[in-house]
Amino acid sequence: MDKRVTFSGWWLPMLLILPQLLITAIFFFWPAGQAIYQSAFMPDPFGLKTQFVGWDNFTFLFEDEYYLASFKTTAIFSLLVTALSMGVALWLALMADRIIKGSGTYRTLLIWPYAVAPAVAGVLWLFMFRPNVGLMSWYLDKVGYDWNHVLNDGQAMGLVVVASSWGRISYNFLFFLAGLQAVPKSVIEAAAIDGAHFWHRFRTIVFPLLAPTTFFLLVVNVVYAFFETFGVIHTITSGGPQQSTTIMVYKVYSDGFVGQDLGSSAAQSVVLLLIVGMLTIVQFKFIERKVHY
Amino acid sequence: MRKTLLKTVLAGALVGTSLPVTAATEIQWWHAFTGRLGDLLAEQVEKFNASQSDYVVVGSHKGNYSETLNAGIAAFRAGEQPHLLMVFEVGTATMMGAKGAIKPVYEVMKEGGATFEPDGYLPPVKGYYTTPGGDMLSLPYNSSTPVLYVNRDALAAADLDPDMDLSTWEMVDAAMDKLKAAGQDCVLTTAWQSWVHLENFSAYHDVAFSSKDNGFTALDTELSFNGPIQVAHIEAMGKWAKEGKFFYAGRRNEGGANFRAGECAFFTESSAGYAGVKAEAEFDFEIRPLPYWTAAEGAPQNTIIGGSSLWVMEGHEAEEYKGVSEFLAFLSSSDVQAKWHQNTGYLPITVEAYEQTKTEGFYEENPGTDIAILQMTSKPTTPNSKGLRLGSFDQIRGIIDEELEAVWTGDKSAQEAMDNAVKRGNQLLRRFEKTNK
Repeated sequence: MDKRVTFSGWWLPMLLILPQLLITAIFFFWPAGQAIYQSAFMPDPFGLKTQFVGWDNFTFLFEDEYYLASFKTTAIFSLLVTALSMGVALWLALMADRIIKGSGTYRTLLIWPYAVAPAVAGVLWLFMFRPNVGLMSWYLDKVGYDWNHVLNDGQAMGLVVVASSWGRISYNFLFFLAGLQAVPKSVIEAAAIDGAHFWHRFRTIVFPLLAPTTFFLLVVNVVYAFFETFGVIHTITSGGPQQSTTIMVYKVYSDGFVGQDLGSSAAQSVVLLLIVGMLTIVQFKFIERKVHY
Repeated sequence: MRKTLLKTVLAGALVGTSLPVTAATEIQWWHAFTGRLGDLLAEQVEKFNASQSDYVVVGSHKGNYSETLNAGIAAFRAGEQPHLLMVFEVGTATMMGAKGAIKPVYEVMKEGGATFEPDGYLPPVKGYYTTPGGDMLSLPYNSSTPVLYVNRDALAAADLDPDMDLSTWEMVDAAMDKLKAAGQDCVLTTAWQSWVHLENFSAYHDVAFSSKDNGFTALDTELSFNGPIQVAHIEAMGKWAKEGKFFYAGRRNEGGANFRAGECAFFTESSAGYAGVKAEAEFDFEIRPLPYWTAAEGAPQNTIIGGSSLWVMEGHEAEEYKGVSEFLAFLSSSDVQAKWHQNTGYLPITVEAYEQTKTEGFYEENPGTDIAILQMTSKPTTPNSKGLRLGSFDQIRGIIDEELEAVWTGDKSAQEAMDNAVKRGNQLLRRFEKTNK
């Protein structure tokens, strides 16, 4: 009674998925395998000599309190970036969905920041908040607030979170708006006739129907916060002050490319690989169950 | 007909890119300079290319110092390395460890047969890049040393004599109190805190920054900048930060913007910052020698350099190395050096270039520009003041920056912070030792 279309042989399906398999193997499995392999060695920067050290790179890492601290920093940073960029995007999308006049212009303007590269966004925010000379820090000083993210770790974290979320809001906004427009008008109108006000409708109808979009964005944003925020952190704080904004991927960079310690850098990549893998499994196993498609 | 047309177009394209048509040997030089320094560098290259027809030097900008070093390393691994690579002074130990990737300059010069007198270089400049036996491994290119920039208008506004003696930190401290009392918001700021206030500070006060002659003689060197003299200085700076006299602007030269805008009275920065200050400052400023503490017995010794040197990479043809040797000889000629020194504020790296600049009357027209040289050469160097040769040094500087920031905020005492920096830095040194054994 199988109604699915099936292939009679093996060679045609294999041939059809071969390009995808090749891309996955060359661009994902091979580099990941290289990282795992290299994490057991300590090479010199020029690759002239290399020595096998087994687990040494990992034991060195886990004895380093600053490495352990970077886990916590990464967790806080990712959580804040994801929550802020998704929260604001959802709110903006809800508002944009309601207006009728000039909605096109409004939407286009909201999408613009997405076109700005993270490193450039970082520089823009840095210009505004540069201690003493930045525009915003100057105004803050006028109202009696001493802004110096170069020394204050809380301010530094706040600044990189806002700068990382800013461009991301546009991206999330786009998906939320599309999701909102896919919510059947008839259902909302029926609820409205029954006397449900806006927030009630949102809570009981719109948000549950938006769940697939929200879940997708959650996965994408966490991955974004883990990896792509590098440019922002590099330009604004370089991981400082006192490593308070050194997220794991930044440490991979600074140990590998500033310290030329490729063994440790490879070991950190492997740890990062495992964490993101586990995170994705958790998201799909536990959160996706609550999502109604 | 069509073929002729194609040829004409091709010829036109070639002329348009101004590449010489003769098969001259090409020499690749990867560097980290943009803006004005980049222009001056390009000018040197053009001058060399115009002076002879056998070789063409091609300069390529590869990003900042760290990025240039990484580009060189990646290129070497791919077998595409340039002939010449600009490496900042903290990358010296990394390059020295890379036997098989580099060709020592003294060897290149000997084989190339170009005129080369290693003794003509200023000792503290040369010392940084030579083996303990005196063989020059890389050619010093741009070298500077920290000095004190003084805003004379700010001093006058606080009823202080702008010509007052500021040669010791005790005197500067007293002046800072008066400036603060007179309402000066930012009294002292600095660039490159680790370089100025720990690395140079240690050499200037003749105390070791690291064991084994600051890493010159052995790989198993251990950091020692948590000694009483260094800690006392960091403690004093922490106190000044707390009292609002020392304004910390950032790890690099961010403080320069504040000083050039006239906000700060004192600024410790590289002598190479001179051109920038001169161009932008709308107030009367002056360069003074870096202050020292009278309590320290050895002070003032000499300060050490920062900047970069040129490394010759292994794996090219003998004919190309001959071109490299001629280009390096050209770069160290006194005309080129004197011009570079006068235009940038970097040190003249040869004695001859210094003498030439003096005879030309440059120092009389630009008072203060010779202070950096005098400060570096006033005394023969000691093992503590020859320079630093530490692996993973770029990252160790990062660690020092972090720990210093903890002192400026008051999170840690100077002793705690320096002890921790030494401990963390030593871990990196041990890893470096392991990979380079």
